[in-house]
Amino acid sequence: MNLTLNVWRQPNRQAQGKMVEYHVKDISPDMSFLEMLDVLNEDLLHAGQDPVAFDHDCREGICGSCDLFINGRSHGPEKGTTTCQLHMRKFSDGDTITIEPWRANAFPVNKDLSVDRSAFDRIIQAGGYVSVNTGGAPDGNEIPIPKEIADRAFEAATCISCGACVAACKNASAMLFVSAKVSQLALLPQGQPERKSRVENMIAQMDKEGFGACSNIGSCAAECPVGISLENIAILNREFLAAKATSNNLA
Amino acid sequence: MLLDSKIPEGPLAEKWEKHKFNVKLVNPANKRKYDIIVVGTGLAGASAAASLAELGYNVKAFTYHDSPRRAHSIAAQGGINAAKNYQNDGDSVFRLFYDTIKGGDYRAREANVYRLAQVSVNIIDQCVAQGVPFAREYGGLLANRSFGGAQVSRTFYARGQTGQQLLLGAYSALSRQIAYGKVKMYTRSEMLDVVVIDGQARGIVTRNLITGEIETHAAHAVVLATGGYGNVFYLSTNAKYCNVTAAWRAHKKGAYFANPCFTQIHPTCIPVSGDYQSKLTLMSESLRNDGRVWVPKTVEMAERVRQGQIKPQDIAEDDRDYFLERKYPAFGNLVPRDVASRNAKLMCDEGRGVGSTGLAVYLDFSEIIKRTGAEAVSQKYGNLFAMYEKITDEDPYKQPMRIYPAVHYTMGGLWVDYNLQTTVPGLYATGECNFSDHGANRLGASALMQGLADGYFVIPYTIGDYLASTPPKPVSTDHPAFAESKAYVQARTERLLSINGTRTPDQFHKALGHIMWEYCGMARNAEGLRHAKAEIQKLRSEFWSDVKIVGSGEEMNQALEKAGRVADFLELGELMVDDALNRNESCGGHFREEYQTPEGEALRNDDEYAYVAAWEYQGENQPEKLNKEELTFENVKLTQRSYK
Amino acid sequence: MSWITKTLTSSIGRKIIMSVTGLFLCTFLVVHLIGNLQLFKHDQGAAFNTYSHFMGTNPVIRTIEWGLVLGFGFHIFEAWALTRRNKAARSQGYAQWHAEKNSEWTSRNMGILGTIILIFLLVHLYNFFWRARFGGLPKVGGANPEVRDLDNLYLAVVDSFHVWWYVLLYVLAQISLGYHLWHGFRSGFQTLGLNHRKYTPLIKYVGYVFAVVVSAGFASMPLYFFLFTNAQGELAANAPSLLHTVASAF
Repeated sequence: MNLTLNVWRQPNRQAQGKMVEYHVKDISPDMSFLEMLDVLNEDLLHAGQDPVAFDHDCREGICGSCDLFINGRSHGPEKGTTTCQLHMRKFSDGDTITIEPWRANAFPVNKDLSVDRSAFDRIIQAGGYVSVNTGGAPDGNEIPIPKEIADRAFEAATCISCGACVAACKNASAMLFVSAKVSQLALLPQGQPERKSRVENMIAQMDKEGFGACSNIGSCAAECPVGISLENIAILNREFLAAKATSNNLA
Repeated sequence: MLLDSKIPEGPLAEKWEKHKFNVKLVNPANKRKYDIIVVGTGLAGASAAASLAELGYNVKAFTYHDSPRRAHSIAAQGGINAAKNYQNDGDSVFRLFYDTIKGGDYRAREANVYRLAQVSVNIIDQCVAQGVPFAREYGGLLANRSFGGAQVSRTFYARGQTGQQLLLGAYSALSRQIAYGKVKMYTRSEMLDVVVIDGQARGIVTRNLITGEIETHAAHAVVLATGGYGNVFYLSTNAKYCNVTAAWRAHKKGAYFANPCFTQIHPTCIPVSGDYQSKLTLMSESLRNDGRVWVPKTVEMAERVRQGQIKPQDIAEDDRDYFLERKYPAFGNLVPRDVASRNAKLMCDEGRGVGSTGLAVYLDFSEIIKRTGAEAVSQKYGNLFAMYEKITDEDPYKQPMRIYPAVHYTMGGLWVDYNLQTTVPGLYATGECNFSDHGANRLGASALMQGLADGYFVIPYTIGDYLASTPPKPVSTDHPAFAESKAYVQARTERLLSINGTRTPDQFHKALGHIMWEYCGMARNAEGLRHAKAEIQKLRSEFWSDVKIVGSGEEMNQALEKAGRVADFLELGELMVDDALNRNESCGGHFREEYQTPEGEALRNDDEYAYVAAWEYQGENQPEKLNKEELTFENVKLTQRSYK
Repeated sequence: MSWITKTLTSSIGRKIIMSVTGLFLCTFLVVHLIGNLQLFKHDQGAAFNTYSHFMGTNPVIRTIEWGLVLGFGFHIFEAWALTRRNKAARSQGYAQWHAEKNSEWTSRNMGILGTIILIFLLVHLYNFFWRARFGGLPKVGGANPEVRDLDNLYLAVVDSFHVWWYVLLYVLAQISLGYHLWHGFRSGFQTLGLNHRKYTPLIKYVGYVFAVVVSAGFASMPLYFFLFTNAQGELAANAPSLLHTVASAF
């Protein structure tokens, strides 16, 4: 396959960026999308040009590093798939492919297609944990958790923090990401002691980071590579409302 | 230097308890006067950083990722072992210890492995308390499954992503300490040197991967939790960024490197499909429970398959060779990883491999699909089948999967004593980064266990012993050793940038990987290893005269990062070859063709090689010095493994 | 800021206000629609004028009317505030954007739909509400003592519904309202956290039916008068026979 690529190039965070056109030849349909970019980068390097910076690591769809906005969609056209698991057979010879970084003011561009998602880390730091020190835990079987609850908590916990939800959302909202963690811990008995403060603090941090608000469009869940459900956002709303109405926190 | 493993005296079961009592403690009020650097934030690093911060130490944690949650621990699928005996099937700490020692082909330290088995139970409790959503039974209690190398069900799991869930647990504990200000987190920072002052590790030099700035950080102790070096083979199941750089720089500063040739090759990976391939994907070991491994009986038939003239599903039963079932009637398709891998390679070497490259064997599910129906198979393996189809565009319900072994894990690593301290005082290594507990072969579901054991339950005790004897006065980066290290790192970066040759870092990496895989992979022999050594030396000198990188060091420059890592792999590769050449026996993942039983099984030499080979750096392009730590086995009897 | 203002100005807090006011306005739509059905009664507007007189003078209704003003006010204000916030969250847009592959058009365009409805609302208020409340309407007159002293809003409606551009605006606004409700109804429940695997599908379909019935109900009024009646609101002779049959039943 021969392809035309329109790639966002931006030297660093402060600089202005622009779309640049490249051509790649003899792309195998069995290649992953990132392997196709590897080919481009090898070509660029041989030609003495700066290769395209992009985030990736495990290349098996679990680390959440890869974050490309391909042809107007998070992680490209295939449903339930991260960029690294997207294969070139989903494209056709002669296609023009537009590749952009996640766009959100809370995710500034580091370089080219690499963005800074540390806002997600700061939201987790605001309360996305159970406060237990190492060593004091009771026996694992001391707290029975109904299988159905454990399974639902697990489904929420599968979020890989890639940011596709923010990128796909018209409002650049991080609600799906935040809701996954909040509902995981709200469902589990371990999360109960900090249930109210957790949701209050995480939402405060989310707002501070400059993400947009949720307007229940559903793009996030539709583009989520691991299928985090919109139900989590409803749970988050409920948790927030209940916490604000009943917590002793006057701040 | 004499290798002192500092194994406590006394009966095996009491060693750790006694040791915990004997180690010196740091007064709670003094803990905040000590700074500890933790490099790497996977399971071993994040758990260590969080636990040390909880104790009151000031921790600086470093990762080259954009977030501490992305380390490759996240990709572990199967589960984590623990001797809980929740299933009432006869498990015990001793049994887990025994299975691990035996699985490691008797090349691990008894005392360490026993401690690992002891603390395994605490890991599960800790993770449950953190909210890790382990699989549960309908009654609400924790579920277990069985795994390779064990006859009991002791593996705890969270569907196919146990690694991610455990890492998120450790990450959440770490995040909490970051929020408290007890951990200062440095993301996108790659460690490029250890600073040693008066023989003690006192800090590190890092490169900020966004700005390119070279930074120095001081501390009273340094913990390396930087993972394994499987990527020396270029193609492996490791993540793309996985590298040996941190461990290698520590090695060059005096930390011995132990058993570097011990690498684990996992039998069930999706085969390479072309030269462009950047990474290999694991298909869970559990598939071998129901899949049957075979190749065509004759080379001619295999040739026709490779040409695409005949489809595997059309090959008659009589024309198939179910080689594992044939050779190992007792264990059949469930032989351990090293045996399964080696036999697949043997078939391909005979010319009976399949797929367009001839480097694959079939893993066939047609029988179970016929027996139980596609629906039942989908319930069990649906996600794996879907992943296989996504990558290969072949439907495993209709035609057999193609699989081939791939590098998966490295048992070797920095030599550490019982306290997890390397040969450099104040420098510790945890998780896959150390040579630790798995001997010559790691059992499934044990990597997660070891990483968390080291981080949550070992290092928090043992590091105190060292710090208690170190005065709590601040360490400053003003010491000339920091400037010296920084200058070294800068000079190396400039040298890499100034070469401006013709070949990219990836090309060198692929060439190195090819040498390693050919001659230091699943089967090795003296002649091949000697050839490989010369090839690696040649490649290394070519690298330093012909590598091409563009741009500068003062910006985000992924080619530069890559080049630095490849340069270190080029040195490590030679040491692996040396180690493999030195070990004139076959054990676990190390198979020397000269040393095998008449049936072609690994032949250990316990009289001469029951030791840890700890290599000591002697300077640029100098042969390394071998130091031996003899392994004594007082609690298990050394036997030959047999799976017939 | 107190915890209350902090809560209500947080992103979720604003959404909750949107949701509560939106669902409240839905109840208003129901009442308004049912009331307006009096227009169809074949009595030269007697029932409709009685009804509008009641609505304009009853103290309970007049009190609730303030709630309605606040409901609209907050709904519009929060929509503005949220839109501003959401626009600011992504100042650099995408070169290519294919949201149509992952979401419904109406969900993404609530602001545009709402603005059309707002424009309509202003015209509508001026045209009927303003004149009814602050004078300018003729009395009904005639012989019937029960209605002859009432303002003849009915005639004003019939007049307006014979102006083509007004009818067009009205119908367009109702289509917008339909789309607005199509998303808004279920979205209101989602924002309040009222989501359950059992009931959410039901809420969704109730929302769709609600959107269609309400918007079609309102749109049918101008269309009916424009197409089938004379200047007095009486069914024209050439109107479909079905309408005559229905009308004679009342």
